Amino acid sequence: MDPLSIGGVELNSRLLIGTGKFPSKQIIPKVINACETQIVTMALRRVDIGADEDNILEYIPKGCILLPNTSGARDADEAVRIARLARALGAGNWVKIEVISDNKYLLPDNQETIKATEILAKEGFKVLPYMSPDLMAAKRMVEAGAAAVMPLGAPIGTNRGIKTKELIRILIDEIEVPVIIDAGLGKPSDAAEAMEMGASAVLVNTAIATSADPVKMAQAFSLAVKAGRMGYLAKMGAKTRYAQASSPLTGFLFEGDK
Amino acid sequence: MSFYQYYLAHKDFDFNSFFSSITTTDIERILAKDKINAYDFLSLLSPQAEKHLESMAEKAQKLSLQHFGKAILLFTPMYIANHCINKCAYCGFNVGNRIKRKKLTAEEIEQEAKAIAATGLRHILFLTGESPAQSPVSYIAKAAGILKKHFHSVGIEIYPLTEQEYSQVIDAGVDSLTVYQEVYDEGIYDKVHLAGPKRNYSFRLDAPERACRAKIRSVNIGALLGLNEWCKEAFFTGLHADYLQNKYPDVAVSVSLPRIRPHAGTFQDIFPVNDKSLVQIMLALRIFLPYTGITISTRERQEYRDHLIPLGVTKMSAGVSTEVGGHSSEDKGEGQFEIADNRNVAKMKQAILAKGYQPVSKDWMSF
Repeated sequence: MDPLSIGGVELNSRLLIGTGKFPSKQIIPKVINACETQIVTMALRRVDIGADEDNILEYIPKGCILLPNTSGARDADEAVRIARLARALGAGNWVKIEVISDNKYLLPDNQETIKATEILAKEGFKVLPYMSPDLMAAKRMVEAGAAAVMPLGAPIGTNRGIKTKELIRILIDEIEVPVIIDAGLGKPSDAAEAMEMGASAVLVNTAIATSADPVKMAQAFSLAVKAGRMGYLAKMGAKTRYAQASSPLTGFLFEGDK
Repeated sequence: MSFYQYYLAHKDFDFNSFFSSITTTDIERILAKDKINAYDFLSLLSPQAEKHLESMAEKAQKLSLQHFGKAILLFTPMYIANHCINKCAYCGFNVGNRIKRKKLTAEEIEQEAKAIAATGLRHILFLTGESPAQSPVSYIAKAAGILKKHFHSVGIEIYPLTEQEYSQVIDAGVDSLTVYQEVYDEGIYDKVHLAGPKRNYSFRLDAPERACRAKIRSVNIGALLGLNEWCKEAFFTGLHADYLQNKYPDVAVSVSLPRIRPHAGTFQDIFPVNDKSLVQIMLALRIFLPYTGITISTRERQEYRDHLIPLGVTKMSAGVSTEVGGHSSEDKGEGQFEIADNRNVAKMKQAILAKGYQPVSKDWMSF
């Protein structure tokens, strides 16, 4: 597959995964191997640095890029504090900004996210903001220094697919940095659809973590992402309203002068 | 407007007529909905719905997986004082009960905290009886400060405070509040709270909201099941959680379903809540409030707790002692009630893993 560049780093995988909701931490390395992902996000509030057995970081293979997220942050200030803490704890300088002050639908606060993006990008973080797909907000995040934008396909954990398709399509057309569809992808075909649309990558957690066989599901998502990307690169045929006969009815008109 | 107005609006609701009108078709229609309203929720608490427990369980399990995944947060309660000036007919700490009273010193709190933290738990809930003289807000704030050094999340289950007092303990490191209304029925509330400041029904009812206004991160509410007909108490618990979540969307709301347990004292006027009814409450709550946490304590026996894991539980206590200083001291104060699941943290983790779920010791941090 063609490589993906985020913030100057080249990646061979276009599937990012999350580490929440799994039946055990022990399964996480198997999932990562099965889907060959290179970027793994985890909630810093779940990281227990002092504990060997319970520390999620112990289960993420070396070589993966850690993408700590700011889950739990209710405003930009809290997101910034979490990001700084993550870096101080040795989790690197990538961060997924999540600013959520709605515990019911877990919808992101774009305005606070822009503020946090600006502060953290200036501090040298590679900032990937989770956002509601809004063109102007995405543009402001890019201006603020976002290395990619992560619009939601549907609310977190809903497995509903890409319900925000028309808005995401606009971001894909207009935004210069990679557009990574995050949240809502419930099945491999949703991931394939995202990639066929021209998304740069997808992030999946619930659909893999809560399936009956997370390892197999991770592999399925990986294949779907590759298939979708190949389809996009191969430039799919245009959709038309009418059938196009392989032997056109007016073909005789162009068969040369008779 | 506080939740009391919502309570009043339903106080004289004719539950029996409502329940007698519910049909199997109603339950099937409700279970087919994406989002249910308060009366749908009440329908799921009806005798008619009891015949649909399996369908309710399937839906509740699906919603729980979607919102919380296969993860169960572990915590333990830590009793730091059992002095109390209330006369609650159902509670072992009742001022009239001749039990051994104790209040931990700062050193003893630290020692108890170290003993609990050594088990791997990172969430603590500390409790006191209601005695502003023995356990003033300054004592609670000091305890929070000590516990903050050993735990990432510090919760309190104490007497109701004013908004300003909640701000004070939040500044000291408290991030979650548990406060049970005990019984939403105002008449029964008056009967079982014989003396003491706890007799003030509305001050207790509005405590979670005052904490929300003071910017607490999470609140946990509930009724002590057994003091009234369970379907009514479960209904008001659900309405209260829904009210708080809608009004304070940035606060994580959860509910507990404690059943009354044997304790020091003689209160016998109990409305029985059997295992099946407790499951029905839990499933109905999960379907009504898919994003709300549900806590099951060690009041329930171990086999039963294990069976509840896939049905919607998000938080469980482990390694519990209800005695003051019960984790580290030889000289303990007497407990609040008898627990039914004595498993330590390691055994509880194994049980959760055996059910195909992940035990989570840490799910929070201060920012």
